[in-house]
Amino acid sequence: MRQVAIVGIGKTAFGAFADRDLRSLAVEAGQKALEDAHAKPSQVEVFNLGNFAGPSFVGQNHLAPYVAAEMGITGIPATRFEAACASSGAAFFHGVSAVAAGLYDVVLVTGVEKMTSQTTPRVTEILAGAGDLCGEVRAGATFPALFAMIARRHMYQYGTTREQLASVAVKNHQNGAKNPLAHMRKVITMEQALNGKPIAEPLTVYDCSLISDGAAAVLLVPFERAAEFTDKPVRVLGTAQTSDYVALDEKEDITTLQAVKTSAQKAYQMAGVKPADIQFAEVHDCFTIAEIIAIEDLGFVKKGEGGPYSLAGRTCLNGELPVNTSGGLKSKGHPVGATGVGQICDVAQQIRGEAGERQVRRNSLGLAQNLGGSGATSVVTILGAA
Amino acid sequence: MTNLGSGTVYTETVVWSPPEAYVNDVPYQLAIIELEGGRRITGRIEGDRVQIGERVSFTEFRNNVPFFRKSS
Repeated sequence: MRQVAIVGIGKTAFGAFADRDLRSLAVEAGQKALEDAHAKPSQVEVFNLGNFAGPSFVGQNHLAPYVAAEMGITGIPATRFEAACASSGAAFFHGVSAVAAGLYDVVLVTGVEKMTSQTTPRVTEILAGAGDLCGEVRAGATFPALFAMIARRHMYQYGTTREQLASVAVKNHQNGAKNPLAHMRKVITMEQALNGKPIAEPLTVYDCSLISDGAAAVLLVPFERAAEFTDKPVRVLGTAQTSDYVALDEKEDITTLQAVKTSAQKAYQMAGVKPADIQFAEVHDCFTIAEIIAIEDLGFVKKGEGGPYSLAGRTCLNGELPVNTSGGLKSKGHPVGATGVGQICDVAQQIRGEAGERQVRRNSLGLAQNLGGSGATSVVTILGAA
Repeated sequence: MTNLGSGTVYTETVVWSPPEAYVNDVPYQLAIIELEGGRRITGRIEGDRVQIGERVSFTEFRNNVPFFRKSS
């Protein structure tokens, strides 16, 4: 198996862009990644596009060749990957697999979502398509409701508190306020976070990530060819994708997302590192409770200790394990199909030392965790300095 | 349709921001109920709000959605 390097990263701003369509966002991110790697569109051998619900949000299907051709890329495999909010994590995993296996050398992986042209109830309904339509969704479950039920159970089993949940939102907004590409660049207070409008009890609007438009892209090559493209390659040390039941009521213990645990174990094994070696992470905080569960299931803290660990500030920018230095899905925004590759760009940016006032000091080993649905898909990726 | 009998609330939430299909129902309580025998099912709660660990009884299916009520 060949070592794989990220030699180019490119992101659009995340936000609500009435004047931008899906394709223009995806093209912008892809072109930025190519420019960053000093690569030409004609060098791209495979195009993987992560996108959750373009056909529902904007009506367009057959998205991968639609985006690729607009970049001047034709005559190659161009495929859309759908795995709910882990769509571009999956596109990345399969891109790395193709390069590692020696099938292809130059793979462009892009993630994109255009969500803000729909009303919130309609967006809620489209997102619910990542749940089990014949069971939980028919009964009235939304994604906030599913994670609210996870939160209630986590509170019941481990004594997790509203303050602990809110501390995740406050911290992520502190980070996002410093990120020029973030959707909601404002700090919030603990009091605001605790007293937000209820969405699904106990979650308020401040526990929920944003409905955003945006795109992100990375260019992958075998590590041995990285120097042809860049003098700051980032090594893909490990990446793993695993699956689990779609419906929340089929999971044995909803306070643990089994797919996160299994994908993390595989990624750690591939990278030859332990959870304690990881210096910083981007995790899938679609809801505040999801970040708390993620840091537990990734092995950073014991089950049930995610809440106290967060409230104590240990995941802050200057804490012992900075989590979501980008602002996370909460503040940076969550254009669902773009999120997985967006996180990988954010980790790579830290490793390259280009995170500006959000730069962490210990930046040679970072992790990205991308979740689909209420845990039916998980992709964990570990990146390291060259 | 089957009578699901009684069960225990495994987890619950009250939904305030609904999908398009349920905009007229809010706020509504949704719960995962652990039925006798251990099988879990997602359904709606009618009447009084319930909490984790409380006993509930099946009332009826409406549009294939199971409804439960706090056991008296």
